[in-house]
Amino acid sequence: MAADYAYVGLFLLVGILFVVFTIEVLSRLLRPSRPNPEKLSTYECGERPIGGSWIQFHVRYYLYALVYIVFAVETVFLFPWAVAFHRLGFFAFIEMMIFIAILLVGLAYAWKKGALEWV
Amino acid sequence: MSPPFTINDLWAISPEMVLTTAAIILLILDFLLPPGRRAVVGYTGLLGIGATFAALGASAGVRAEAFSGMYLSDPFTLFFKTIFLLIAALIILISLNYLSVEGVDQGEYYALVLFATVGMMIMAASGDLLSLYIGLETMSLSIYVLAGFLRKDRRSNEAALKYLLMGAFSSGILLYGMTLLYGLSGSTNLKAISRTLAAQDLHNPALTLAMILLAAGFGFKIATVPFHMYLPDAYEGAPTSVTAFMSVGPKAAGFAVLLRVFLLAIPSLQGSWVQLFYVLSVLTMTVGNVVAIAQKNIKRMLAYSSIAHVGYLLIGLVAGSPLGISAILLYLLVYILMNVGAFAMVILLCRQGLRGDQIEDFSGLAQKSPLAAATMLIFLLSLAGIPPTGGFVAKFYVFGAAIKAGYVLLAVIAVVNTAISLFYYMRVAMVMYMREEPSPITALSPSRPLHWALAIAILGILIIGVYPGPFLGWAWVSLTGLL
Repeated sequence: MAADYAYVGLFLLVGILFVVFTIEVLSRLLRPSRPNPEKLSTYECGERPIGGSWIQFHVRYYLYALVYIVFAVETVFLFPWAVAFHRLGFFAFIEMMIFIAILLVGLAYAWKKGALEWV
Repeated sequence: MSPPFTINDLWAISPEMVLTTAAIILLILDFLLPPGRRAVVGYTGLLGIGATFAALGASAGVRAEAFSGMYLSDPFTLFFKTIFLLIAALIILISLNYLSVEGVDQGEYYALVLFATVGMMIMAASGDLLSLYIGLETMSLSIYVLAGFLRKDRRSNEAALKYLLMGAFSSGILLYGMTLLYGLSGSTNLKAISRTLAAQDLHNPALTLAMILLAAGFGFKIATVPFHMYLPDAYEGAPTSVTAFMSVGPKAAGFAVLLRVFLLAIPSLQGSWVQLFYVLSVLTMTVGNVVAIAQKNIKRMLAYSSIAHVGYLLIGLVAGSPLGISAILLYLLVYILMNVGAFAMVILLCRQGLRGDQIEDFSGLAQKSPLAAATMLIFLLSLAGIPPTGGFVAKFYVFGAAIKAGYVLLAVIAVVNTAISLFYYMRVAMVMYMREEPSPITALSPSRPLHWALAIAILGILIIGVYPGPFLGWAWVSLTGLL
């Protein structure tokens, strides 16, 4: 029991040391240092950044986040179902359809209530 | 490989499925109907509750453990599911007119009430810590939203935020207790936990900690005294119909899981948890009653009174006998009727722009409307526990169970507390009958659904008060499968 914990602890320690060593020490020794303004600018998916990165996000993103979570959870459920579809059979199909129907009601509700409109 | 579940398991959850479907239909109805016809959503909700009740009756004969013991279908769940449906129906009845008075006539309200009820039903039926927790969160999340339903009202927002924060905190404590219990027994199934613990050393401090954390977690939901601080603010700020819901729904559901977990999973620790609940019971009823005296707002007064009632209810658990537990069930039934009734009276006084939630607002009610004053008087008498009301019968059986189990001192403390409570309940009656000058609220806001709810509540209280036999018998039968 104690030996198992020691093993996990050792693994953790080696892991941390490895990351710190490679990033902070090894790469510093190997990499060439040629900074230019283009390289030092904030990464924004390849676009030219507009304004600073310390901005407040509008509260309306909250609704998008909620709707996003609905679909993220749906996908999480759909994946294992799709992988095991052949073995699960017809009953699981019906169940998944009910699940999707309930989520669709949620989407229709959000749509009707104007949660998807950018005001 | 055996199938994970069969069609029989679906029978066991058919009431929940019907009610969930009804709630989803309400959501769809809400955006199909033109604004201003939202009462239709409420009446459809009542239909849904009726259909659920039918499904409950049809599945009542199925006595089983569904989904590998996650879900129990026995007389105990049947009792609680029935009273949850009663609560939901009463709440919808008292809300129908009130929502338009407050200007928040939105269909989501009814859907949320039904979703919360589904959560309560799952809680009462769960035979596993996981399904219990899912039910608890389904109920709580719906009620957090309901508490903040008056979006433009600061007090309503405050109520929702406080309830949410304390609810999240208590969920954390409860989960910590559950993980400890799982770690010690290796199972989340209540019966399996009980079997494993029976063979273990009960002096394990981790086990005691788990028990205390569970009691604290449930204590937040039913509002026992060290964990009650959020309750008066939450009750005062929430819309009155939601306050009525919060004061009965989560409490009844909380007692269902409290009884289930402590009697089914950790009965081997009864020696220690009886002491714990003894102290909690004395603290809860004393603090609740004494602080209620000082309140000027009737919703706050009823909040503290509901805390005191939880103290009386815990006496039945301390007694621990079948008589004590069945007395808890009877008490819950009566408590629901009289508490919803009292809040319905507050709603009756509430009009556009005037909340009518001060005790002073009741002054002169006897002259303005003798029937309304008499109705309120019966609810107050029942809350105080005066015959011939149901409140008396309920208290009689709970205290009697305590004396029979040898807790005479506890019964004496409870009786003294009842005398204290008489003071603040009767002060409202005094304001209604003795004050000559009527309050500025000149007209009531009566409506037919509200009258129906009041009639059901008052008839129930009087029938149980005069002829308690069948109801006590029902509570007694409901214990088979639990003890």
